[in-house]
Amino acid sequence: MNRTIQSLLAILIFIYSVSTRAELVIPIVQGVDNPTVIAVSPFAYNGAAPLAEKVADIISADLYRSGQFKTIAASDMLSFPSRQQDVVYRDWRLLGSEYLVIGNVQAIPTGFSANFSLYDVVSQKVVLNNLKVNVGSDALRDMAHYVSDKVYEAITGIRGAFSTQILYIEQTPQRQYRLIRADMDGARPQELLRSKQPLLSPSWSPDGKSVAYVSFETSRAAIFMQNIATGKRTQLTNFQGLNSAPAWSPDGKKLALVLSKDGNPEIYTLDIATRRFTRITNHFGIDTEPHWSSDGKAVMFTSNRGGKPQIYQITLSNRRIERLTFDGDYNAKPQVTPDGKGVVMVHRYDGVFHIAVQDIATGNIRVLTQTALDESPSIAPNGATLLYATKDGNRGILAGVSLDAGVKYKLPAKSGDVREPAWSPYLTNP
Amino acid sequence: MLSKTIKLGFTLLFAAVFLAGCASSSKPVEQTPSQPQAPQSVPQTTGSDTNTVQPVEVNLETVFYFDFDQSSLKPETRALLTAHAVALKASPRAIRLEGHADERGTREYNIALGERRALAVRDYLRSEGVNSSIEVVSYGEENPVDTSSNESAWQLNRRVELK
Repeated sequence: MNRTIQSLLAILIFIYSVSTRAELVIPIVQGVDNPTVIAVSPFAYNGAAPLAEKVADIISADLYRSGQFKTIAASDMLSFPSRQQDVVYRDWRLLGSEYLVIGNVQAIPTGFSANFSLYDVVSQKVVLNNLKVNVGSDALRDMAHYVSDKVYEAITGIRGAFSTQILYIEQTPQRQYRLIRADMDGARPQELLRSKQPLLSPSWSPDGKSVAYVSFETSRAAIFMQNIATGKRTQLTNFQGLNSAPAWSPDGKKLALVLSKDGNPEIYTLDIATRRFTRITNHFGIDTEPHWSSDGKAVMFTSNRGGKPQIYQITLSNRRIERLTFDGDYNAKPQVTPDGKGVVMVHRYDGVFHIAVQDIATGNIRVLTQTALDESPSIAPNGATLLYATKDGNRGILAGVSLDAGVKYKLPAKSGDVREPAWSPYLTNP
Repeated sequence: MLSKTIKLGFTLLFAAVFLAGCASSSKPVEQTPSQPQAPQSVPQTTGSDTNTVQPVEVNLETVFYFDFDQSSLKPETRALLTAHAVALKASPRAIRLEGHADERGTREYNIALGERRALAVRDYLRSEGVNSSIEVVSYGEENPVDTSSNESAWQLNRRVELK
């Protein structure tokens, strides 16, 4: 009897874990030429039933997807060490592994706890020594992403962004629109809103707790703000004409957005607390797609004031406007890189729409993507990669590319069209 | 090819409306059911060949097409809108203009472009003396007629719909 229940439970857990696997499936298209080889030994667990998630597999997948690592399959490993005393460097040198991650998981009253270490196999040194992480009982994926962040940072010197999330819009085959929040690897997708009318332009608040977006649920465009945890929604605009492209200021107090209530698309800022709107552009051309500089003192935007869509920047204190792009006849949807040195944008090259990055100091443009109809670039908070939307046949998919263009991957949805990825800020402390 | 068909349609249609207007000035325009049919890119409702009295607008093309990244009205669109204006002045009603763009370029820019197109249509109708209420909504690239990624689909998607 007991055994029947146990096996039933095991089956249930298995079904559950399969059904909550990524809705987006990730094939790597291209990685770096000389990836670092790393092995993540299966994490030991002292519990009676196996864990709902294979923590080591998630870590391996994270590192592999970054494009900078080649991982070693568990089936090729000669031993499965989970403690310092079990590590035999020779076993890993034989496999050509440069690094090794080991760990073990214990059940604790609040969930699970893990200890993990990172070894440099070549110089036989401990890089991360027995770090500890505690998570809730349903948060083994968070545990894995935490380990990935630490390992990635220790090896590359760049803060990991595996614990971040993404927002995107899905259009179902029944033509319903869904606003989805998922882990940055596409796992644990959660519907935040569903509508029969278009949803677009999701934007994270800098604290990662709220999202602003455009919804056509009132039969025309309106900007809404939604608390992610509580689901509480607030309609922020309901003007005649465009209510478009909300973008949160770095301090979280304002939104830049686009209204055409005065007859023409102009950039405004909205003070969220006082609900005061301030118009910041004034031109008969189209001004749209505002994006704040990281210090909040300037706003970049797309404008066709020169005849074709190009990227401009307005300094808020003196309203001085400067044109930033001159290369090509279509540059739009600017986003500044976290280091402030580059602008990522949609750039038409040879009649085809790609994602490109322009060096602000030199003006040089580098095209990052080779797919067509690329749009909606969104940079990871560590500036290492970006997600964008593109088409695969007739289907909208998400894809990723590193900012040095060396690594490319796709995140197609299991069903429906996906579009407009928005990468979250860091959601956890370093 | 498409625009040629439309052009021919407009010529016929314009003539029909003009003749209908001349036939009898005391006769409301909508009571002239037996005018030649213009080629339609929007399917007619079934049974339209029965001799029921219909507003003349039903027979007018209600979708207007645009060039890439353009919101200027083509000559054939102007002719068609003039015909709409005649009908709307004869029997005023509140209308809604929905602006659309093809999938190329960015979504928010395309929303702005769709509005530009719808406003160009609105302004033309106003200049032709239409005083009834006109609501303008832009969907940008969100509601394509044809989801394929090729020139003929893009051509169909760059449009304003009069509703």
